[in-house]
Amino acid sequence: MRPADRVLTILMLAAGAFGLSFADAARLRQANAPASTATAELVERLRLTDPVLFTEARYTRHPTQADLQSAFQDHPVALEHFPTGSLLPPPAGILNAYEHLDRKAASPD
Amino acid sequence: MLELTNIRKAFNQGRHNEYWALSGIDLAIPERKVTALRGPSGSGKTTLLTILGCLARPTEGRVRLKGEDISGLPERFLTEIRRQTFGFIFQQFNLIRGLSAIENVVLPAYPTGRPRKVLLERAEALLADVNLGHRRDAKVEWLSGGEQQRVAICRALINDPEALIADEPTANLDTKLSKEFLGILERLAASGRTIILTSHDPMVVESAVVDHVVTLRDGQIVDEK
Amino acid sequence: MNTWIEKQRHLIDFTVASLARRKGKNLGLLSIYGLLVFVLASVALYTHALRAEATKVLAGTPEIVLQRLVAGRHDLIPPGYIERIGRIRGVQKKEGRLWGYYYDSVVKANYTFMVAPGMKIARGEIVVGPALERSRGLAAGNGISFRSYSGELHTFIVADVLPQSSELVSADLVLMHEEDFRAFFKYPEGHYTDVALSVANPQEIKNVAVKLMNALPDSRPILRDEVLRTYASIFDWREGIMLALLAAAILAFGILAWEKAAGLSAEEKREIGILKAIGWETGDVIKMKFWEGLLISLLAFLLGYIAAYLHVFHADAVLFEPVLKGWAVLYPRFTLTPHIDGLQIATLFFFTVFPYTAAVLVPIWRAATTDPDTVMRG
Repeated sequence: MRPADRVLTILMLAAGAFGLSFADAARLRQANAPASTATAELVERLRLTDPVLFTEARYTRHPTQADLQSAFQDHPVALEHFPTGSLLPPPAGILNAYEHLDRKAASPD
Repeated sequence: MLELTNIRKAFNQGRHNEYWALSGIDLAIPERKVTALRGPSGSGKTTLLTILGCLARPTEGRVRLKGEDISGLPERFLTEIRRQTFGFIFQQFNLIRGLSAIENVVLPAYPTGRPRKVLLERAEALLADVNLGHRRDAKVEWLSGGEQQRVAICRALINDPEALIADEPTANLDTKLSKEFLGILERLAASGRTIILTSHDPMVVESAVVDHVVTLRDGQIVDEK
Repeated sequence: MNTWIEKQRHLIDFTVASLARRKGKNLGLLSIYGLLVFVLASVALYTHALRAEATKVLAGTPEIVLQRLVAGRHDLIPPGYIERIGRIRGVQKKEGRLWGYYYDSVVKANYTFMVAPGMKIARGEIVVGPALERSRGLAAGNGISFRSYSGELHTFIVADVLPQSSELVSADLVLMHEEDFRAFFKYPEGHYTDVALSVANPQEIKNVAVKLMNALPDSRPILRDEVLRTYASIFDWREGIMLALLAAAILAFGILAWEKAAGLSAEEKREIGILKAIGWETGDVIKMKFWEGLLISLLAFLLGYIAAYLHVFHADAVLFEPVLKGWAVLYPRFTLTPHIDGLQIATLFFFTVFPYTAAVLVPIWRAATTDPDTVMRG
């Protein structure tokens, strides 16, 4: 086989495998759907709030349930001790959780 | 076949090191004949060869190929004319290192888009013709000087050009190989090709194969016979 | 058309043959390049799938979780607190949750102890998550003792193990009866960890939260929406490791591209001159180089992506485990369901294939526009 055809064949095979990966993803999604539904049901039944990603610290095991400031280790610029802490952002909405009330208290009327 | 009128060629034009390599050349290259350009180094014969072979454009003057003025054509067309009409054999052979002999031979035909099978068959025939059939897959840097030149000749012939242009073809060859080259030259001339070469090797210029000798000096033709 | 195709194949023939001359170097380049794509694609696939899966399974998390804060820290819900919430319109159900952490010094892992509201568990029995099954070798019917914080040993019988397929949310759970939980932690009677509220109408949730904060200023409502948003943005590109990876990758690529752009050797320049002299047009030379850039970068992208796909979805992202694990001993082993963000992959494709091809072409352009007669004057 001439060099061009050899390379183009490899490229075609790779492109085929690339396409196949999407088909495989669809298949896996379908296959995992029942388990995924069962997990969602478990979350609802047990009133769970967080996935088990990192068990090493409270604020990484339950980031959304952590103390208001502990996503920053009690202080906004505290040095991070746990490696996974650097993988996690502060939970959504934590920064302005009390803005509504604080603004009310601060307004000089 | 080729007609030059009042060709002048400058290098570094407009700068302090401006230099006129050719100053007023009028020359007609006869078809199906062997023309040799001779002269001392610096006489402008290589520059003249690049203009004849459409590798370069003259600064002034006209080039006519079969009566058609080609000196004003844009690069694309010039390249196409060059590919169809001329085959080149360079002094340093200019083969692409790392590629095999046969791959080097078919290179000029790539832009034509002719089928690979046809190209390989033709290349093999050409190599066999110069007794290099057994070396087709050897990398060119492993070939001897004479073999390299024969590969370069095959490469020049792959597109079946009407004219062959050779720059100092025997400069890197010993007497035996030069004789061999003249043999090949004879066969090519006999097949009806126009051949233009530069040389200051008397063995080439004075050989019976050469029909037409043009002598240059300081960018001008001093003798023609 | 056929001539055009044949010509491109010729150009590829030449490109491949000339790449094959420096086989080691070019294969090395391809594999480093592919590795770069592999790392970036692995991160992209993993984080996107995790985000998608987390927000999907957490869709049923309580609408509002109410914490009580003392001095900015989470504190217990005292007796009577739930009643003080009173009747807020839209709240269907209020329910105290009981959960806490337990450090198991035997395997040096943290567990989440929890009272399961929706599950019947007898006194003295526990239901454990799949990670405990692994780390402590537990199975239904086994007994296990935990030393409580007050120093006593409590022995439980494992009634059941939660299914492995739910490991993403249940790996470290130890579910038990309420009285066992209170006895184990000496949790004061009538106190709760926090309160889960269900709100039927999603539009009402915000209003309910505002009313809660007004009624109980020391409380902190955590809305389902916040939970989902937290996990929708987890492993964002801004996160430390991701940023470090990205920066390293971009830097590496920069070096690669620079090397390519500046590295047009005299040999290559000479070859371009030869090709032009023997009848190649400038366009042919550029097309040939374009194929070189495209073949290498496309192949690197495809191979890197396929390897990343297999790594993340068929090998459980083993290479990420040490990074994600941190100091934790208990690591959930979940098989991610592939959710692929087409736009993300398209972006990755664009940023890996396009710049490289361009980096190859730019210096060639300059070299290819030189006059072909330069070869004659060697």
